[in-house]
Amino acid sequence: MTSTDYRAREESITLSTEPVGESHELLSLNMGPHHPATHGVLRLLVTLEGEIVRDLKPIIGYVHTGIEKTCEDKSYWKVIPCVERMDYVSYYFNAMAFCGAVETLLGVEVPPRAQYLRVIHLELNRIASHMVWLGTGALDLGAVSMFWYCFRERENILDLFEMSSGQRMHTRYFQVGGVFEDIPTGFAAKLRTFLDRMPARADQFADLMEKNEIVLRRLRGVCPLDEETLLGLGVTGPLLRAAGNPWDLRKAQPYSSYDHFDFKIPIGTVGDNYDRFRVRHAELYESVKIIEQALEGLPEGEHITSDRKVALPPRHELATSMEALIHHFKLVTEGFRVPPGEVYYPIEGPRGELGCFVRADGSAKPARVHMRDPSFSNLMAFAPMVKDGYIADLIATIAMLDPILGGIDR
Amino acid sequence: MPDATGLELTAQALREANADSVLGTVFFRGRAVIIANPPHVHEVLERLKAQGYTFLASLHGVDYYPEEPRLGVLYELLDMKQVDRISVKARVHTEAPQISSVVDLWPGADHPEREVYDMFGVEFEGHPDLRRILMPEDYEGFPQRRDFPVGGEPVLFTYNEEKSYGKAQ
Amino acid sequence: MEIKREPIDILRAGPGAGEIDASDFRSRQLAARDMLRGDLDDEALEQYVQERVLTTTLEKAVAWGQGNSIWPLTFGLACCAIEMMTIVAARADIARFGYEVLRASPRQADLIILSGRVSIKMAPVVRRLYDQMLEPKWAISMGACCSSMGVFNNYALVPADKFMPIDVHVPGCPPRPEALMHGILRLRKKIQEGPDLGWRQRYGAVGTEEVVGPDATEGSSAINVFEGGDTAGA
Repeated sequence: MTSTDYRAREESITLSTEPVGESHELLSLNMGPHHPATHGVLRLLVTLEGEIVRDLKPIIGYVHTGIEKTCEDKSYWKVIPCVERMDYVSYYFNAMAFCGAVETLLGVEVPPRAQYLRVIHLELNRIASHMVWLGTGALDLGAVSMFWYCFRERENILDLFEMSSGQRMHTRYFQVGGVFEDIPTGFAAKLRTFLDRMPARADQFADLMEKNEIVLRRLRGVCPLDEETLLGLGVTGPLLRAAGNPWDLRKAQPYSSYDHFDFKIPIGTVGDNYDRFRVRHAELYESVKIIEQALEGLPEGEHITSDRKVALPPRHELATSMEALIHHFKLVTEGFRVPPGEVYYPIEGPRGELGCFVRADGSAKPARVHMRDPSFSNLMAFAPMVKDGYIADLIATIAMLDPILGGIDR
Repeated sequence: MPDATGLELTAQALREANADSVLGTVFFRGRAVIIANPPHVHEVLERLKAQGYTFLASLHGVDYYPEEPRLGVLYELLDMKQVDRISVKARVHTEAPQISSVVDLWPGADHPEREVYDMFGVEFEGHPDLRRILMPEDYEGFPQRRDFPVGGEPVLFTYNEEKSYGKAQ
Repeated sequence: MEIKREPIDILRAGPGAGEIDASDFRSRQLAARDMLRGDLDDEALEQYVQERVLTTTLEKAVAWGQGNSIWPLTFGLACCAIEMMTIVAARADIARFGYEVLRASPRQADLIILSGRVSIKMAPVVRRLYDQMLEPKWAISMGACCSSMGVFNNYALVPADKFMPIDVHVPGCPPRPEALMHGILRLRKKIQEGPDLGWRQRYGAVGTEEVVGPDATEGSSAINVFEGGDTAGA
């Protein structure tokens, strides 16, 4: 059989997604909660016709922790570590949304230095979250070595977090009114070395992935979804931006002095997996720019509000001032009280709009804390995306969708 | 956000269309909330969507125990062109927790409404597939209601550590 | 100047001249040469062999092997899963110890690392996965949420001790990669030092086996006992 015969035969095969033949036999497959490709414990009931996905039903709840109920039992200060553990790759964002909501309820001003420090940590967390996405996503596609490269960058970022707060993950660094502690000496220098290196590393990641024929074939033109459907489903973040809509809360409704920084919003055109990949990859460069500007312009001042009814007084004051001692005592034992009201505070997380709804009833514990998690809404877009695609495209789409089950199930 | 006057104008327009659809407005810390009458909530949302608030950012439930009516459903709407947010609140009693579903307006209300049903017991009429989403299918009770106990395991100290589940007795 | 030459016994006296002074490299070298030639005598031969051959029981050898090649199951639940991924990554590297083969199928794995919070919906799934693993199998409960209830002591979580036997609990929220590494190495020590037949021995659970079919004996204290041909309820 000569090669020309083979090529001729290949061309006569029509690879269409229309069912061929008469038996439209559908197979229900359970991609169970334990599966190497589902990121976390996501259960998918997939209805297949051959290798083509005809329908998909996600079943969630396998890591439901009742965090929102637990938060009603704890004072506002203690809610911060509970809430951080929801979307467990972007923990600073969870804390930011909650602290922002409580600060709005209290009417407390966050000092400018604290706002800049918050921006630095948020953007570092965005880069770290995208590293996890890229590493595990490429692992699913088969580009296995990306995992080690991406986690190497992530280790550097976690070293920076450890420097500023003492913990690698779930750092409790953001407090109501500012941040817990000022950054130590040496943090700025280490951050600068990281920022010098990061764009080159991101270039290397792009080289590894984009010049690879297999990655391009698996991502280009695969599972697109138009902007209209995405907006109806409540999808925000890189998925919406890949479809062409430049909606980003950092630019549209800036919070925590994001309007002081000059950065671009990458958007895509087609809305397929390749655009989703490119948008998140381009966001790495923009985040580096934001952190550079924040570090350059870091203002002097307090790292937390000086309202002693909300933030702990500095330790040296406890020895001299009786008032400081009383404030400290009240804050640590009971916590601050928040006047009654409800507020919904949205921020732009790495996956989309992360909003925190807090209802206060005048006591020291919140009456309701609800996180509007972006992955929860993004998951609803999954079924329309993969309809009439292959199962391999389903795997690639989960990777590019970047769902974090902790946020979905809360 | 619409400011206080904008909120009043919106509420007025809604009241003109249907007199008993809006029960009140709240403007707190720069956020606008329209308190809607539960039987007319679908209509209110439809009008707001036509007015420009085309994006449903969040749909969640709150338990206002012990104030009646107890179960509240909040809709956070977003107008992307004007960069405006508005909230719509509808409160129902536990005895008659039915409210109409907005899945026909926003397909993205599907999972959030299931979550509100699962956690609070609010039944959404017209929802294609109203069943539990986060708890197991056969779970009894609505966990995020305020009178549902938090639950959990007893914390082990020296006086009760012999009764711990991991120890071989 | 007088140069004193001291003969080494072995060299001068020939085969079987006496004890081999093992601390002297040259004498050991010569002893090896003599053994290869077949020239070492009984006593010296005994000593030679004893210095070089490690005797052990088969169980200990197997345990040593098992401990050095644990295959963990890729099982990530929540935040601890990210730190578990970090020990596979380059900085804290479990490949140094031979544990880089993470298998997705429970049939091929022998260590399940429960990384994250186990909700009540997930607990039966975890139990089924643990049951599907083949003996010998071990379990590490990573993090505070599955060891005790962790941060979230509420209606939705189950501590892992309630439904499956755990060998090592690693505290932390999430534990640092080094802490998890320490936990895994403690498990390795446990495996290598205490070879036994499996978790039923370790936890006094002998007699809780499922007995299927007509071989079920009277009085076997099994939990699920099926009659022959009836597999409903599996």
